[in-house]
Amino acid sequence: MDWHILAQQLVNGLTLGSIYGLIAIGYTMVYGIIGMINFAHGDVYMVSAYLTAIAIAVLTGFGIDSAPFAIVITLALTMFITGVYGWSIERVAYRPLRGSTRLAPLISAIGISLVLQNYVQLSQGAKPQGVPTLVSGTVRLGTETNFVQMTYIQILIVVVSFAAMAALTWIIRSTSLGRQCRATQQDRKMAAILGIDTDRIISTVFVIGAAMAAIAGVLVTLNYGSFDFFIGFVTGIKAFTAAVLGGIGSLPGAMLGGILLGLFESLFSGFVNTDYKDVFSFALLVLVLIFRPSGLLGRPEVEKV
Amino acid sequence: MSQQTRTPADAIPQPLLDVRGIDTFYGAIQALRGVSLHVSRGEIVTLIGANGAGKTTLLGSIFGNPRASVGSVSFDGEDITTLATHRIAPRGIALVPEGRHIFPAMTVEENLVMGTIPVGEAHLDEDRAQMFELFPRLQERRNQRAGTLSGGEQQMLAIARALMSRPQLILLDEPSLGLAPLVVRRIFEVLREIASLGKTIFLVEQNANHALKLADRAYVLVNGEIRLQGSGRELLADPEVRKAYLGGH
Repeated sequence: MDWHILAQQLVNGLTLGSIYGLIAIGYTMVYGIIGMINFAHGDVYMVSAYLTAIAIAVLTGFGIDSAPFAIVITLALTMFITGVYGWSIERVAYRPLRGSTRLAPLISAIGISLVLQNYVQLSQGAKPQGVPTLVSGTVRLGTETNFVQMTYIQILIVVVSFAAMAALTWIIRSTSLGRQCRATQQDRKMAAILGIDTDRIISTVFVIGAAMAAIAGVLVTLNYGSFDFFIGFVTGIKAFTAAVLGGIGSLPGAMLGGILLGLFESLFSGFVNTDYKDVFSFALLVLVLIFRPSGLLGRPEVEKV
Repeated sequence: MSQQTRTPADAIPQPLLDVRGIDTFYGAIQALRGVSLHVSRGEIVTLIGANGAGKTTLLGSIFGNPRASVGSVSFDGEDITTLATHRIAPRGIALVPEGRHIFPAMTVEENLVMGTIPVGEAHLDEDRAQMFELFPRLQERRNQRAGTLSGGEQQMLAIARALMSRPQLILLDEPSLGLAPLVVRRIFEVLREIASLGKTIFLVEQNANHALKLADRAYVLVNGEIRLQGSGRELLADPEVRKAYLGGH
């Protein structure tokens, strides 16, 4: 086995895994706080890819050609608008169903997923869309024939993802908002009795999840350049797999699960077969559900009395 | 809110908590029937009753969860019957719920900080120091996950967390439930200390003996209705109470 192929697959896996981790955060936080799988989350990510393209087009229209500046503005705008999507979806589709059966919001989520896909398809067209390359260039390590390379965009993906995860971890662990999120997650009724506006906290969690997916959407769009209205499906299910692998409900679990899934998938593609990488990922999901249903860092669910 | 004018007739102070004729339902099941009671400032009032009498429901109705469908709940002259649950604590009421409901995955310290939501963290250091004085065990375990504490320690933590919001009125739901006799005695000592700090206490208990000895006044709840009321001493001597709640001796 050539070391450089292994190293290259690890680099690719880390990049892919950071993306999965960012999206998985939205699944795991929402599950943690209201116990539902937000199946529309993948499509929120898809919307953010379109918003990225629109933002870049608008900035180019204004004649802004500094790549770092354009990327920062695009990130900020996309995170904000995607956050508004997340907030609105919770308000419209989930909050009215709070207190009903567990199945109702799940079906509502599938409904929102279809609505988003069709709305984007109608308004933006069914054909794949693209953005111009803003950043090109690679870093290479090794000899002329045996080398590991990482594009600037890949470096950007890893750096921005880890920074976002670190910032979010700090918010949840050390700020008053983070404590209120954890309190609402652990015991929503008691949190309200202590004076926490739990509806506001749940909204905030949806906004955070959507904003994290938006970071992923911007980074992936900058990397691949093309996307369509259906990209949310497979990526969403993969990120969901990552969340389950790490232990759904656990924030560090989602990040770890995302990175591990990315690494596994890249190694499988590099050394076994590219066509079956999705099969491999989902087989992994099945195995996790059979042998460790609470995931790597999750705690077994205890029925609250 | 205060339409009162200062006349000698107002010398009788308005009760701090005033529950008037409330009915509360769980779906089709009526848990409370026309319950009225009041707690005046500085009093220790207890409510005793058997399992399923509606004691916990009554405390829930004060916090709007479940909400009373008939009647009213007033606090300090303000009608709070229809207020959202999270708006009750900032009015100056704190609850120590049945089963304690501490946050198990948070540290002892974080649990205390959660109590400060209604008042902000300005008094955090001062109040936390006071709580550690009242409950030295909590100081020893300040960085430990609350879920790893013993039952008695968790109860102390739940009481301390409630006090961190600097409430005027503290509601306690069976704080002695499931605890060893020695710990129960300590809990009632603490309640006395809290009362001496000028807090008003409304205590719901099955442990009628301890509760009636502590209380200035008491109510007996049977099947969702107030059956008896009087001073703690009177009820302690009442034959019906003795038979039903004190083991008849």
